[in-house]
Amino acid sequence: MRDVIIAERLTKKFEDLTAVDGINFAIHEGECFGFLGPNGAGKTTTIRMIQCVSPVTSGKLKVLDMDVNKDQRRIKALLGVAPQEDNLDPDFTVFRNLMVHARYFGIDKTVAENKARELLEFMQLTEKSDVLIPKISGGMKRRLVMARALINDPKLLILDEPTTGLDPQARHLIWDKINELKKKGVTVIITTHYMDEAQQLCDRLVIMEKGKILVEGKPQDLIESQVGRGIVEVVNPEQGVEEALRSNGWALEKGSDRIFVYTNDRRSVREKILKDLPSANVIARDATLEDVFLRLTGRGLKE
Amino acid sequence: MSILRNISLRSLAVWSRNKDVFFLTWKTNFLPPFLEPILYLLAMGFGFGVLVNVLPAPYEKFSYVQFLGPGLIAISAMYGAFFECTYGSFVRMHYQKTFDAIVATPISMEEVITGEILWGATKSVINGTIVTLVIFAFGLATLPGVLFIPFIALLAGLAFAAIAMIFTALVPNIDSFNYPFFLLITPMFLFSGTFFPLTVLPVAAQDVALAFPLTHVATMMRDFSLGTYSYADLWGCIYLIAITAVAFYAAIYLMKRRLVN
Repeated sequence: MRDVIIAERLTKKFEDLTAVDGINFAIHEGECFGFLGPNGAGKTTTIRMIQCVSPVTSGKLKVLDMDVNKDQRRIKALLGVAPQEDNLDPDFTVFRNLMVHARYFGIDKTVAENKARELLEFMQLTEKSDVLIPKISGGMKRRLVMARALINDPKLLILDEPTTGLDPQARHLIWDKINELKKKGVTVIITTHYMDEAQQLCDRLVIMEKGKILVEGKPQDLIESQVGRGIVEVVNPEQGVEEALRSNGWALEKGSDRIFVYTNDRRSVREKILKDLPSANVIARDATLEDVFLRLTGRGLKE
Repeated sequence: MSILRNISLRSLAVWSRNKDVFFLTWKTNFLPPFLEPILYLLAMGFGFGVLVNVLPAPYEKFSYVQFLGPGLIAISAMYGAFFECTYGSFVRMHYQKTFDAIVATPISMEEVITGEILWGATKSVINGTIVTLVIFAFGLATLPGVLFIPFIALLAGLAFAAIAMIFTALVPNIDSFNYPFFLLITPMFLFSGTFFPLTVLPVAAQDVALAFPLTHVATMMRDFSLGTYSYADLWGCIYLIAITAVAFYAAIYLMKRRLVN
């Protein structure tokens, strides 16, 4: 499979901060690739370099076989970007927002009109065509931003936190649409804080912290390699429980009110704990990407 | 000159965006430039002007209100571009994130800034032309010179838009625009030969006033309205083009420093 993005020792330095610190990754054609990480990890900076609006400090970055330092215009013509911050045009209606954006791409007016109607239909916004931006909901704005990102039939769709702040219905609608686009062969890059979202959507992902990539892989592989298939939680453990668990040689982590045991065989771990400590409050469950994330980046606040 | 390499006709898509917004609310946009000169003409021209008996050469043949009219066109051309490319551009850049949305398309940041400056200059042409029509209706301007006034307004608009964009690239917040308005625009408004001929000032003050771009705009507007052409118009034209070129280059450089990182 062809690589649509190749980054080698990609670095971005600001005056007093290295936001992206020599990372390597490759994104394959047609996949959904996720950038995960706490705030300030370097996700958005990486995306801004891909979309040619933030100059690369050093290293190599190729997008669709073109160099981001030289071919900005040609690369940008093939990208669709839905930014984190809503930057829709408040002076225009929903429909006009798409038309004005199409004009930036130099798309012919009648072609743009048809495309805009089609996209509003796809994003379930047809009824809101003639409504001004300040009068539509947050969920509709996100959908419109996504529709706008598709106006030029992009080869590569970049979604920066596409569902942050949305209610569950709005999130699921966005997820459905991302899956539909994937089926059509669009390569999708997303950043997100939501691990369930990443687990649902991403074929492969990286977890970043402090400008570096901690791990890369398929969600399920990462879960199995980083934490194991299952988690057993001992809630509100009494004195001495941690030592007792540790004596079994298990991989443990201590949270604020519970101890996490990482295991591939949660059933027998649970039974063993209940046998040794009959009064313990024990929860056994599947491991998720959230466990991988928290194990790698720590359970304390990042800011 | 790598800055200029990234500028193409795509700037016009940015210009068109601003034009579209303007014409969505054209009724409120056209009223102030139409009413304001009428108020000034009535108060300053026909009111205050009665006290003025004789103007110094070369305007000795004209009444005060005839002298004042072209000054009002020059002022409207200055404010049109300067307001647009300070407050207007800052709102689009900072609050609406419109620039961010545009540079995610094949348009470069240089083209965004160029489009904004072209639109600012267009506002000068629109406002200046409306004021010219009012003054012409009052019988205060003569053909054929008056037909060239929109072109002078364009020249003035480009200069003031580019200067305004420098401030937009530098100010920390929108309130800071009080400084260029108070320290630059208001002095020009008053001391550029707009309300009285500069020849009544001490020589040193006249020299300072000659550095103001508005002085040259006012002279050109007046000479083309009244038919009192001189070489000063040619020098003024060259001066404005030079200021535009320098300010345009500086504006793009400073804007990129602010926004591309």
